Amino acid sequence: MLDVRGLRKVYEGSGRTVEAVRDLTFSVAAGELVCLVGPSGCGKTTLLKCMSGLLAPTGGEVLLDGRRVTGPPPGMAFVFQEYGRSLFPWMRVGQNVELPLKQKGMAKERRRALVADALESVGLADAAKAYPWQLSGGMQQRVAIARALAYEPQVLLMDEPFAAVDAQTRADLEDLVRRLWRERGITVLFVTHDIDEAVYLGERVVVLSASPTVVQEELVVDLPVERDQLNTRVQPRFAELRTRVYEQIQAAKRGSVSAAPGAPGAGVEKE
Amino acid sequence: MKHLNLVLGAAGLAVFLAVGEAVPRLGLVKEAYFPPVSTIAGALAREVSDPAFWTALGDTLTGWAVGLALAVAGGLLAGVLLSVVPYLREATASTVEFLRPIPSVALIPLAVLLYGTELRSVLLLVVYAAFWQILIQVLYGVQDVDPVAEATARSYGLGTLARVRYVLWPTALPYVMTGVRLAAAVALILSVTAELVIGAPGLGARIAVAQTSQAVPEMYALIVVTGLLGLLINVGARTVERRALSWHQSVRGEVAV
Repeated sequence: MLDVRGLRKVYEGSGRTVEAVRDLTFSVAAGELVCLVGPSGCGKTTLLKCMSGLLAPTGGEVLLDGRRVTGPPPGMAFVFQEYGRSLFPWMRVGQNVELPLKQKGMAKERRRALVADALESVGLADAAKAYPWQLSGGMQQRVAIARALAYEPQVLLMDEPFAAVDAQTRADLEDLVRRLWRERGITVLFVTHDIDEAVYLGERVVVLSASPTVVQEELVVDLPVERDQLNTRVQPRFAELRTRVYEQIQAAKRGSVSAAPGAPGAGVEKE
Repeated sequence: MKHLNLVLGAAGLAVFLAVGEAVPRLGLVKEAYFPPVSTIAGALAREVSDPAFWTALGDTLTGWAVGLALAVAGGLLAGVLLSVVPYLREATASTVEFLRPIPSVALIPLAVLLYGTELRSVLLLVVYAAFWQILIQVLYGVQDVDPVAEATARSYGLGTLARVRYVLWPTALPYVMTGVRLAAAVALILSVTAELVIGAPGLGARIAVAQTSQAVPEMYALIVVTGLLGLLINVGARTVERRALSWHQSVRGEVAV
């Protein structure tokens, strides 16, 4: 479904070049939920921007359904970390969700149905007439997720979407993502710096190295499909997996220090 | 609180008017040059009953409105064009910075040469003064586009035109509104100035006539009218601004969530 092959991104600054992503190869199968986790400043955002066609890679390629990504593909939706800036404050919630559908040239009834359905499934059926800034942070991110759902993407890219919400809201939103993934069969690529979140959410976790980024390790999360915040997180297997990911991230940090002193890329990523 | 402010405002105005009445009556200033408020009010009453006054008011408002409309349209068009076309803004920046500080009144001789005392003379001055106010605000507003909002729009497949309409325009709107409010005030100043100096028909010309014919109270009455006009224009512009920007932080204030 989604293939990243030998992806490389070098930023040409004034007088200095920064290699943010060195050589990344991994793939996400159709209907899979994969979490990308890596140390701070490891080029996660750069990677996602390249994958979504917002940024042109320096080398390598991204394939969606076998087709090379050169611009934002219609089958892909992006949920940003900064929900407050990603939603348009001059539009009501319903209009925010509807705007991408208008661009698709959809008929009005179809748009209405999709907007209502998407807002319903994130639990905000009665918020369509509100403005985003009248909602709490968690609710705003739900709106952003609804906007992505209504777009009917094959692939959903999420860039640290819950990094800015409080712990309880975050737990609710994690369960929402799990539920939507199971109900809708969307392929989800979820980027986070939170190890627990990666293990709890993902069917597979891809650990990235420090910048310049390569894949440090991939591991399958063999937890049951039914997960809940109370029981899953106290399972011995959960603890093992999170320890494993934690070790890999520590190794990745050490690796970067010995390989590239001065940690290049620190000025590029804003984590 | 709002009530109190209203009372204080009215009290301040009453004191101001009372001083204006008392100072000439007490002989502190020459009544011939500075008539008491009641005399000015009487002159104002005579003015508003004169059809020629309304014609003059109409002429001034025409110059103001047409000039402002042209300046807004031109400023918007130029501003968006300069921002959207790559390199154009950088290429024109120095020219804009050179032309912008030229006082519009310095163009009065040119206006007289070109158009005499026609409306077009007034328009030239009004448009020149108001255009820059709009243009500069549009340029600032367009720069304010949030990269995340822009990336969101691009990721959902919005093309250039759609992004101008749904992202760039709403972002720039608060700036544009400020520009229009400033331009509206400047346009009034320039239309009255043009009438006063060039003699194009309007309130300014009527003030000049009142002055040369020693009708001092009438002159003051007309000055009061121009002041009221400025006040109304500002209040109107602010009302439009509040309605168009109900979503904006400056208008909506803090929202409890």
